[in-house]
Amino acid sequence: MDIRKIKKLIDLIQESDVAEIEISEGEESVRISRNSSVMPSYAAPAAPAPVAMPAAAPAPAAAADPAAQAASEAKANEANAVRSPMVGTFYRSSSPEAAAFVEVGQKVAAGDVICIIEAMKMFNQIEADRSGTVTAILVENGHPVEFDEPLIVIE
Amino acid sequence: MIDKIVIANRGEIALRILRACWELGIKTVAVHSSVDRDLKHVLLADESVCIGPAPSSESYLNVPAIISAAEITDATAIHPGYGFLSENADFAERVEESGFIFIGPRAETIRIMGDKVAAIKAMKEAGVPCVPGSDGPLGTDDATNLRLAREIGYPIIIKAAGGGGGRGMREVHSEAHLLNAIALTKSEARAAFGNDMVYMEKFLENPRHIEFQVLADQHGNAIHLGERDCSMQRRHQKVVEESPAPGITQEMRDRMGAICAEACIRIGYRGAGTFEFLYQDGEFYFIEMNTRIQVEHPVTERVTDIDLVAEQIRIAAGEPLSIRQEDVVMRGHAIECRINAEDPRTFMPSPGKITHYHAPGGAGIRMDSHIYSGYKVPPNYDSLIGKLIAYGKDRDSAIARMQTALKEIGIEGIKTNVELQRDIMDDTHFQTGGTNIHYLEKKLGL
Repeated sequence: MDIRKIKKLIDLIQESDVAEIEISEGEESVRISRNSSVMPSYAAPAAPAPVAMPAAAPAPAAAADPAAQAASEAKANEANAVRSPMVGTFYRSSSPEAAAFVEVGQKVAAGDVICIIEAMKMFNQIEADRSGTVTAILVENGHPVEFDEPLIVIE
Repeated sequence: MIDKIVIANRGEIALRILRACWELGIKTVAVHSSVDRDLKHVLLADESVCIGPAPSSESYLNVPAIISAAEITDATAIHPGYGFLSENADFAERVEESGFIFIGPRAETIRIMGDKVAAIKAMKEAGVPCVPGSDGPLGTDDATNLRLAREIGYPIIIKAAGGGGGRGMREVHSEAHLLNAIALTKSEARAAFGNDMVYMEKFLENPRHIEFQVLADQHGNAIHLGERDCSMQRRHQKVVEESPAPGITQEMRDRMGAICAEACIRIGYRGAGTFEFLYQDGEFYFIEMNTRIQVEHPVTERVTDIDLVAEQIRIAAGEPLSIRQEDVVMRGHAIECRINAEDPRTFMPSPGKITHYHAPGGAGIRMDSHIYSGYKVPPNYDSLIGKLIAYGKDRDSAIARMQTALKEIGIEGIKTNVELQRDIMDDTHFQTGGTNIHYLEKKLGL
């Protein structure tokens, strides 16, 4: 199902009094509930966050950037971070019900799958390029990432 | 109106598109390679997405990365600029299949115009005069090809159907060289374009390059915005462009312009486009159509007072053209000098840090450029770093203003062709007007 369609459905729910919507398209279906305590589905978080970490921009860049906090941490860890090889959406597990591939503190070996990046409806497994311990996960589940963006720090 | 546009390009045209978006209240997404983070439009855009490393094939030509960037930013449309993927029919198709608006013609139109043999056929059917030629691809029969060339009359030129823009061509001045030339051009075409189809045309020895700008919306309206003279070229690359073309009468303009607008309607054209002609001995001969915004569009904008990029966006949004043909009036004269980061003598690219930049200004001066003091011109892309456009009430006034601006402009830290542009503006033949496409190379002794 098209993630943009799902985002639009979420917007619809927020703007209306509808409490819950379930849509089926062929064999796929999505249920979206207001104030649900269920883990977020592949429907992205309700408010699409600003994509980029604006570089030292002289111009009015996205203010109050929730990624700004991550950005300063990222700078400290950039050298040891596995970076995104593509543009897409970052996921920590293979499906909403599954456990995350890695957690902070976990030991990984080179070649272990550490996350997924979804691009144009294809799910790409991203592997650790070295062995070590995961010390930081720099991107939130379901957030968009750009090429070369630091994802997960392995030391 | 469109909500958000991904600018799938770089440099000066990306900044141009960003400005048009801002004016129309459209949000902007700048997609860029890892070495282009400091491009002016990237720093100014609402959002930016790094789509790949420096090489174009992995960034600005990377279709999945660009479409992915449009997805994650929830964009509505993609503007391809010029070059890169702007005339890639597959890209246009995939953009629309992915649910975005491609700011340009339909994929099918791009495909037909990209195949130079098919384009000529379509234009002939639409009543556009073409260069006498083989009227189709050359076959493998030597006798037929020799006869064709004899009928057309030497000198002739062999061109690759998949080429265009000066690439994949070979002149033949006598029969003795014909068969060899065909074989060579086919091999080169196969290597460069993956397609060895070639055709033959009469080679015009002293033509001028005159092109017509058109706009066509999705409501059946098509208009022309007059012509540009782009004869000042080096190795098929335009160096100076101007509008109107010296010596072209209103009658010729109206006649050829109407033919182009009519052809747009016939082929279901959508967006901005340019019909390129060779002009010799009072006759126009169609050579190819460019299905995108062109580098030299500002000279048409200056003399017609119409914003071509804004019109492209409006057309893509489904709006009708904001002007009718009778509203298009050409006033005054505009000249554009391309500013390249290159050695003025060897023409080798000259990337590096621009230590100091002073923009020219004053009456009638427009500088379309992304450069700023401290900007590093990367070595990975073409050398165009700006376009200096001078406008005056007539051609002499435009030249005088250009000469002034070229004295004032300051770009330090890298080499540029400013000196060459000064030479051209001072050249007496240029000042008289009407020089042909071989003039600059002869002047430079090439």
